[in-house]
Amino acid sequence: MITIKKMFGGVAVPHKKGLSEKSPVEFAGIPGELVLFLSQHIGAPSVSTVKPKDAVKRGQVLAEPRGFVSAALHAPTSGVVKAIEPRFHPVQARMSEAIIVEPDGKHELFEQLSPAVSGLDSISAERIKALAREIGLVGLGGAAFPTAVKLAPPEDKPIDTYLLNGAECEPYITADHRLMLEEAGKVIFGFKASMKASGVKRGIICIEDNKPDAIESMKEAMSAYDGLELAVLSARYPRGGEKQLIQAVLGREVPPPPGLPFDVGVIVSNVGTAYALADAILTGLPLVERVVSVTGEGVANPSNFRALIGTPVSYLIEKAGGFTGTPGKVVMGGPMMGPAVKSLDVPVVKGTSGILVLTKEQAAQEPVLPCIRCGKCIDVCPMGLQPVWMSAYAERGLIEEAEGYRVMDCCECGACTFTCPAKRPLVQWIRMAKAEISSRRNAQRKS
Amino acid sequence: MLDAFLALGAAGLIFGGILALAAQKFKVEEDPRVVEILSVLPGANCGACGFPGCSGLAAAINEGQAPCNACIPGGNVVAEKIASIMGVAGEAVEPMVAVVYCQGDHDRAENLAEYHGVMDCHALNQLGGLKGCPYGCLGLGSCVNACPFGAMYMSPQGLPVVIKEKCTGCGACVRACPRNVIGLAPADKKVHILCRSYDKGPQVRKYCKAGCIACQLCVRSCPQKAISMDRKTLAKIDYSLCDNCGICATKCPVKAIVDEKQSEAGRQVS
Repeated sequence: MITIKKMFGGVAVPHKKGLSEKSPVEFAGIPGELVLFLSQHIGAPSVSTVKPKDAVKRGQVLAEPRGFVSAALHAPTSGVVKAIEPRFHPVQARMSEAIIVEPDGKHELFEQLSPAVSGLDSISAERIKALAREIGLVGLGGAAFPTAVKLAPPEDKPIDTYLLNGAECEPYITADHRLMLEEAGKVIFGFKASMKASGVKRGIICIEDNKPDAIESMKEAMSAYDGLELAVLSARYPRGGEKQLIQAVLGREVPPPPGLPFDVGVIVSNVGTAYALADAILTGLPLVERVVSVTGEGVANPSNFRALIGTPVSYLIEKAGGFTGTPGKVVMGGPMMGPAVKSLDVPVVKGTSGILVLTKEQAAQEPVLPCIRCGKCIDVCPMGLQPVWMSAYAERGLIEEAEGYRVMDCCECGACTFTCPAKRPLVQWIRMAKAEISSRRNAQRKS
Repeated sequence: MLDAFLALGAAGLIFGGILALAAQKFKVEEDPRVVEILSVLPGANCGACGFPGCSGLAAAINEGQAPCNACIPGGNVVAEKIASIMGVAGEAVEPMVAVVYCQGDHDRAENLAEYHGVMDCHALNQLGGLKGCPYGCLGLGSCVNACPFGAMYMSPQGLPVVIKEKCTGCGACVRACPRNVIGLAPADKKVHILCRSYDKGPQVRKYCKAGCIACQLCVRSCPQKAISMDRKTLAKIDYSLCDNCGICATKCPVKAIVDEKQSEAGRQVS
């Protein structure tokens, strides 16, 4: 076991994990309607293979991936396809095509699921890779990058290390924590399966030191396998960022975009992803549910749920005892990176690790003041960027200058905005500039 | 003392001579016509013509890369002047004005949330806006800030208003709007369908009192057949066919169609 304290940049955030870390994962139940976006992941949206009024069963394919970087979609429960129509996507913040499933409450399993496998020895690396694609597996840490792409690194880029990301550095969220505590065996099994699929021999499990119980249970579970190491990292945000984790554990720096962990010989997977892969291998069930923490001071009983993909946020909040008083803000994901939602009618997507409800007092905003050039944002930026200038140029619409300060390398972790004494919405300006640059690049590519 | 005067005087003469020679030698050939054209252009550098500012357009017109009537804000007056400078017959510019195709103000389409953050429509659009409508005006006034002619303001109800008399139709607001809510329409057309929502009727009714519900009454009532359905869910008017009769505006059950003749008459009475 190695212990790592150092980190480039980053901030000490209040963790607030105590609210939900003691509550075991429960099945949230079947809501009245499931909304399944064709675009749940990074890459091309999947293509629907069902029609309205089709009867579907739990685990049945609803949509096929389109192209290499894409992911399939499956019915989380049995029922009828009510419609295929645009709905408001909480993460993309725009209308997006979705398959609406009306559950029949029977929760019947699809008959033709891929056969269950008893152990790692009885499944080939190729089969695991194919399975990751068949079950529509994506990175469940939040970015939702198709796992099948990760498991097949380009031939010219040899991979020597596989990291299992159990840092879970976002405050409040305890989904991965509970999984490591309750299902350590399955998580490690899934991790070994990913290692086998990608042909990587060295595996390192990375956990923040604010989860001692999870470290213990993972230690116990990993002793059954060889070739696994444990890295315990000091709790600091954004410890669990893919690039930050690689730098802290292996001392390698991932090159700026389009650089990927592949370029430094590393693959990183989230704990939830490993668990979902294990589940698919052992039971044949595709990715149709995930663990979601419903937490924050604004809900009555902060809980961890095993929720069907597509479950409405309102349903989960009700399951967690509803609001305490008037909620101030509801966030999909953690408080540092999660987008706030304006309506509770939006569903859980594959990348939703939590639903955070803040009280009115917590959500109150202090006035934005002028920048005092203190440079704190530069100190905390884990990417070594200068948010002060990137945001200042973005604010004035000087997009080329912002690009010159490498605004596209920003990972939007929010450490700068968190630390800014003038309460300036730095990341929002940076995101504006990034969107503008992307749209200009797209326009250029087309012309 | 005298030496100093002589030395400085001589140096002045020599350098003056060099400068005069350099001015001759490195003289920049400037077409007098470009200067002339530039002097008649409005000088707002609005970018409506697609060239980098008024000087860019002046050079382009001189080189024949842009027509004489390329300056939209300048209108016919400027087009005629430029045509006479260029020595060609002027073509008329159809005057255009900006129209805000949304009526979802605070009364008709309520905000579902409060917003704290960058006061720019592009920033808010990345969060999905505040109203239930995913297509309508975001209400932070990026268009107003972009208008180079001071022809727009935000109403107290949270919608941008175009001052028709001041609008030159340059289209800066159209480009500034991340939701494409603003468009240019011929200035003599008075009937507009003020909605951009492609949602189905029942959905629209949930979040906006003045949104197009795709009932198609306007399509059927239009004597000129100028209105058609876009993607089956939003009525669109073809301005080239519209004759300003305003029958559609009287039929529209949600008042998504506005007949400016009516509102102008109303204004004169009051």
